[in-house]
Amino acid sequence: MGKKVGIEVSIAAAEAVGLCDVDVVAAYPITPQTHVVEHLSELVASGDLDAEFVPVESEHSAMSVCCGSSAVGARTFTATAAQGLALMAEIVYIASSMRLPMVMFLSNRALSAPLSIWNDHSDTMMVRDSGWIQVFCENGQEVYDAIFHSFRVSEDPKVSLPVMINVDGFNLTHVIEPIEFWDKEMVKAYLPPFRPLSKLHPDKVLSMGAFGMPEIYAEQKQAHDVALTSSTPVILQGWDEMAKLTGRKYSAVETYRAEDAETLIFAMGSICETSTIAVDKMREQGKSVGLVKLRLWRPLPMGDLRKLLAKAKDVVVLDRSIALGAANAPVTSEMRALMYHEPQRPKIHCMIAGIGGRDVTPDDVVKMVNMALSEKDYEYHIYGVRG
Amino acid sequence: MTKPMDEMTWQEVEPGGVISEPGCASSYHTGTWRSEKPIYKEEICIRCQRCFIMCPDASITPDFEKNRMVWNYDYCKGCGICAYECPVNAIEMVQEGE
Repeated sequence: MGKKVGIEVSIAAAEAVGLCDVDVVAAYPITPQTHVVEHLSELVASGDLDAEFVPVESEHSAMSVCCGSSAVGARTFTATAAQGLALMAEIVYIASSMRLPMVMFLSNRALSAPLSIWNDHSDTMMVRDSGWIQVFCENGQEVYDAIFHSFRVSEDPKVSLPVMINVDGFNLTHVIEPIEFWDKEMVKAYLPPFRPLSKLHPDKVLSMGAFGMPEIYAEQKQAHDVALTSSTPVILQGWDEMAKLTGRKYSAVETYRAEDAETLIFAMGSICETSTIAVDKMREQGKSVGLVKLRLWRPLPMGDLRKLLAKAKDVVVLDRSIALGAANAPVTSEMRALMYHEPQRPKIHCMIAGIGGRDVTPDDVVKMVNMALSEKDYEYHIYGVRG
Repeated sequence: MTKPMDEMTWQEVEPGGVISEPGCASSYHTGTWRSEKPIYKEEICIRCQRCFIMCPDASITPDFEKNRMVWNYDYCKGCGICAYECPVNAIEMVQEGE
């Protein structure tokens, strides 16, 4: 078992990437991701990590370098946020469609304008349909553990897809937490060497990134979708194996005091910890409230979610981004779509909370639940908006 | 390629669209894109070979034994450059299917 260290989450994540003996890091610094790549460049410069650190001129180039390095069979890592992800977006889709394993640390930040460096989920929702495996983290330990898990899942030949780790900017990236470290033996036992499905090598010539005529595009997309949706067993197995090593057991969906709850709060990321306090407060007041925490956003664990949500009368989704002009905010829309054909389904309410870094306290969560339960319409609402 | 592209199922496509057999682009007949077809009039042709030089798809070659030009309609997209460049109008573009 590794030692427990009081450390900033970004630095711990970079240490984890170093422990995975990554071959290539290509990234452009952007708040609030900066500390991750800064520390990785220090590890490479000091000789502690034998890797290529590519200080690219833009995020578009960062993701392009990552595609190239993954294509030759190198273990690949990048990190970005908001506008950086927006600039990357073109190649983000290409990485997953070409089934190139790599891990991205995404420090979730609001998209401009107005220019904001603070946390929400609008950046990640922009690429939710890109065909990456996408996980959310609630605290620093989860972020640290997710690095090892993500490399293992991404590089598994049954999966061969890139993995995006969503880490709430500042709320998680810049906080100091006690984190239990892994040692080299644990990583060696957990993470096998990267053996790509196919790679660019002069001994066996092949082409990657060919164009697809209308006769073949749909078949490629179906194959990609099936690869993503059938990656779940590998993801779950990765968490099971980790539990044996560390004693920490993760799953696709987790609950807190939800067994008999009439009302369920539904959340992703660091707001889950805030919500657990809110649940305790409401339970003390005798209210039947629980929490559903979603870790695995893509592929969505549809069966687990349907079973959990069907038992509730009301579900209050805390959406961390707004989909302008849409039927609803992204996570609410998805939960409604998921439950639409169920014979027994809850009312699903939407509360858009904490966009652009607006603070959300446990009391805010309590207020949002009360507002949702007394609302007359079922539209989306930005909580706390003035006017 | 093991199978023509338009017969492959999603289970049969290579992961990530990798092309594991190099040079297979020639198995795709771009001649199917053609809407106009060049017709060669051997009796007018002066054998200057300008069409051979100008063809962007290398679909026209000289046959020295038979002393004439030969068209490869598998890859001729019917762009009409040969007909445009011919100094004696020995190539006529006609609608496909006529």
